[in-house]
Amino acid sequence: MLQINNLSATVGDKPILKGLSLTVNAGEIHAIMGPNGAGKSTLAYVLGGRPGYEVTGGSVTFTPTRHPGEGRDPDQTNKASQGDTSLAGLGPGLRRGDGEAIDLLALAPHERAAAGLFLGFQYPVEIPGVSFVQFLRESLNAQRRARGEAPLSGGEFLKLAREKAALLRLDMDMLKRPVNVGFSGGEKKRAEMVQMGILDPSFAVLDETDSGLDIDALRVVGEGINAVMRRPNKGVLLITHYQRLLDYVRPDFVHVLADGRIVKTGGAELAHELEEHGYEAVV
Amino acid sequence: MAIAEHLPTRRDEAFRYADLAALAPLWPVAVEAIAVPAGEHRALSIVPNGDAGTLRELAISLGKGASFDLRVLSAGAGYARISVRAELADRASFTLGAAQLGSGAQTLEVVSEVTHLGRDATSRQVVRSVAGGGASVNYLGKVKVARGADGTDGSQSVRAMLLDRQSSANAKPELEIFADDVKCAHGCAVGELDSQALFYMASRGLPPETAKRLMLQAFVAEAFVGAEGEDELLAAALAALEAML
Ligand SMILES: Nc1ncnc2c1ncn2[C@@H]1O[C@H](COP(=O)(O)OP(=O)(O)O)[C@@H](O)[C@H]1O
Ligand SMILES: [Mg+2]
Repeated sequence: MLQINNLSATVGDKPILKGLSLTVNAGEIHAIMGPNGAGKSTLAYVLGGRPGYEVTGGSVTFTPTRHPGEGRDPDQTNKASQGDTSLAGLGPGLRRGDGEAIDLLALAPHERAAAGLFLGFQYPVEIPGVSFVQFLRESLNAQRRARGEAPLSGGEFLKLAREKAALLRLDMDMLKRPVNVGFSGGEKKRAEMVQMGILDPSFAVLDETDSGLDIDALRVVGEGINAVMRRPNKGVLLITHYQRLLDYVRPDFVHVLADGRIVKTGGAELAHELEEHGYEAVV
Repeated sequence: MAIAEHLPTRRDEAFRYADLAALAPLWPVAVEAIAVPAGEHRALSIVPNGDAGTLRELAISLGKGASFDLRVLSAGAGYARISVRAELADRASFTLGAAQLGSGAQTLEVVSEVTHLGRDATSRQVVRSVAGGGASVNYLGKVKVARGADGTDGSQSVRAMLLDRQSSANAKPELEIFADDVKCAHGCAVGELDSQALFYMASRGLPPETAKRLMLQAFVAEAFVGAEGEDELLAAALAALEAML
């Protein structure tokens, strides 16, 4: 589903990723662990297409599969998008489910989202004056339009948002407030997962979603990740420092990222080893 | 800021950023004097639009405990200059909320001189400007606190967003204080939209133009918070923004 091949990237001309390769198949959850400064967040940002993170080599191929009930035939999809000039030039790659491999790095950040990629931020950004509800409804509908689906009405959207907020035990009133403004660290991370629930991506890259969470919140977030992403047609890259989130979200594979490369891969037991003995001893 | 019969020049401080060629056909300007009696409240919205150009010069005098709420939405195609002098007696309150949306080769400016004459008076100025297409958006604002005007509370919050490299913003908030017990805050920033926020929004699927629109709407809305015609002003501002993007 996501195939990262020999990826190299620089930030401000400094090489950070140095030939990283990794394949995640549909239905799999992969954890990425590694010391501070190893390049974990850089990997997440490069996958999301953040400006300033320059890819200098390698490729990323994304093959999102259709969600149940998303079965539109391409002809209808084309008709739905005709006349909407904002869709011109997006190409056919955004209609997930045709088994087509997408060159992820060729897409703009918002096109990657429409193709089914979600990025959970290590440091969610505050946006004064723009409410979560408005921002997320516009985001979801922009994705839907790009995929040739009908936009959700205000009522439909609120129902969906309420359901996902409840799943993550986030007070719905918080979604009426400006994006992340005045949220505690833990609330920001839960809000990231509410957004993931609402947007229902095919693939999620979650960058230290567990940091800043207390034990109870960790369990809620872990269960949320399972509920939204633990599906045969989805995949997850779970970037974390600590083994404890992996007690709730059991990874199929654990990778160690150090100095811009994957230096070791194992099963869930590798996370325990790392926790016990540290990176230096294991790598 | 004496109004002379002759056309101002660049040497006149209050006209240092003005578009003098656009000003000439509008000159001279009749000063609109407004006196608000003690304890009373007045509000005024000025919404210049169209291509003809707008020049207004207000002289507002606030009695004890009087208040005035002035809102400005400059979004037309021509030159607009809104100039206001306000004098505040004891406990008077003056609010200026202005949004300037410049989208072409034009100059939009707000010039203010707020004088706290009495004690415990409050003045709030919020100016939000957006410039694209080579526009120039300006704010020249002076807050003067007279001797003995203790308990003064004055604020100026001035921010401008530039949508491209051809456009420009000039902001000059000034304080002139002759009293001791005074709280004056001023902030002034010219910038571009927060790139981190734009990427965050893009990562959720928002196309860049939509993300910019949401951020600019929030930015401009700050000028109209608490206005009597807040909804109408906001709707007009958003429509003008829409036309710019
Ligand atoms: N914006 C930036 N400019 C310059 N260097 C950066 C920037 N962001 C990250 N780096 C550097 O890139 C390296 C990898 O950082 P990061 O990907 O954040 O690591 P991790 O998430 O694994 O802790 C670090 O050496 C960091 O200092
Ligand atoms: Mg990091």
